[in-house]
Amino acid sequence: MSSGRNFGRALIAIGLIALCADTPAFAADAAASVMPWWGWPLALFVVCFFLGIVAVPAGVGGGVLFVPIVGGFFPFHLDFVRGGGLLVALASALAASPGLLRIGLANLRLALPLSLLVAAAQIAGAMIGLVLPSSIVQTTLGVLILGIVVLMWASDKSDVPDVPVADALSAALGIHGIFHDTARRSDIEWKVHRTPIGLAVFVLIGVLAGLFGLGAGWANVPALNLLMGVPLKVAAGSSSLVLSMTSSAAWVYLNQGAILPIVVAPSVAGMMLGARIGARVLHVVRASAIRRLVIAMLLIAGARALLKGLGIWG
Amino acid sequence: MNKANVDASNKYASQEELRYAKVLDICVQAGLVLLILSFVIYVSGILPPLVPFELLPTYWGLSAKEFVKATHMPTGWGWVSLVGKGDILNLVAIAFLAGVSAICSFAVLPIFARRGEMAQLFIALLQIVVLVLAASNILAGW
Repeated sequence: MSSGRNFGRALIAIGLIALCADTPAFAADAAASVMPWWGWPLALFVVCFFLGIVAVPAGVGGGVLFVPIVGGFFPFHLDFVRGGGLLVALASALAASPGLLRIGLANLRLALPLSLLVAAAQIAGAMIGLVLPSSIVQTTLGVLILGIVVLMWASDKSDVPDVPVADALSAALGIHGIFHDTARRSDIEWKVHRTPIGLAVFVLIGVLAGLFGLGAGWANVPALNLLMGVPLKVAAGSSSLVLSMTSSAAWVYLNQGAILPIVVAPSVAGMMLGARIGARVLHVVRASAIRRLVIAMLLIAGARALLKGLGIWG
Repeated sequence: MNKANVDASNKYASQEELRYAKVLDICVQAGLVLLILSFVIYVSGILPPLVPFELLPTYWGLSAKEFVKATHMPTGWGWVSLVGKGDILNLVAIAFLAGVSAICSFAVLPIFARRGEMAQLFIALLQIVVLVLAASNILAGW
């Protein structure tokens, strides 16, 4: 247990040092003159590998860490970072979803209507994001990331919310399921309520996801769990499935030339390799320690994005 | 559990979920292999890139619009004609991964149709239409 704690502390220290110490070096103009071109994709792979390790135990998708951190500290234009962020989130979700579906932790009947609305809204968000000046996108991204920090800090999740009666829409669509909870050593049947409100919330989530290239697992899980009454594990799994089904914004970025292979390929590879390690780290490190690390990283990256957008820093 | 889920060969997943998972699994593995292979071809210089490596730092700080103008990178599906370039080849794998969910949704349509579950069938069809619309670049002029 103490080795787990030490590992957790070491991980937190490395993460914060990496973010803070590299800040001056990552000031794009200065660093571009000293770093060979191949140094950036290599650094991207290393950073994404580290982000992949912490993303899984912290219960966040890769995109929400990727966009503010890479956008704030790497020389790539925010357009390419957001395009990369969407593909990082998509690749992670695609890889995780088959396993989650087979064990009942992701539900297709729940994900289909949600992903339809998110996919449509994402197109609008991506189109808005690509015409807005990057300073405005950077500033609002900073505000949003700091809002997510508050949400992560304060949110009160419920393992298995009490849903006395399923609403008419979810009953008509057959949205319910069963999964095995290993902690409780029992099968848990679930149903949902407030589906119409949930659908409206997911439209808003889709616009934000397309606009900022964030993936949106950070918003999907609380909306599914706290609003619609989906058990936390199924909410996390179904959020991943929704992310995997909503690639419409990635298409918009691809069609507009905002996908740069030198950014995307090392990011996706690093994040997916890191996520495999992260799944193992989950067993040896306290989730709360990782969660604090992610909150600290998002706080720094959100402040950086805000200050960069306002022209105060970088 | 309703009739739809009783047909399942797994207590926790319905028939359509198992089929979706199977197709997704195959597609994701193929997509990742494609992405890694195309990236190796790109960085090893086997195929010449559209944007030379040494010029990348000059261009990656530009907005997408400025990048397209400066590098003559085609928008929409124009990149397909340039797949002989190392960097553009990567877009094949990326486009495939971005289209995987439409393939998976298509795979479960017969199950919904056979059971007469018209609402789910309609939603899955609409899901495919939205992705095709996004991929088609029809909305770009708006």
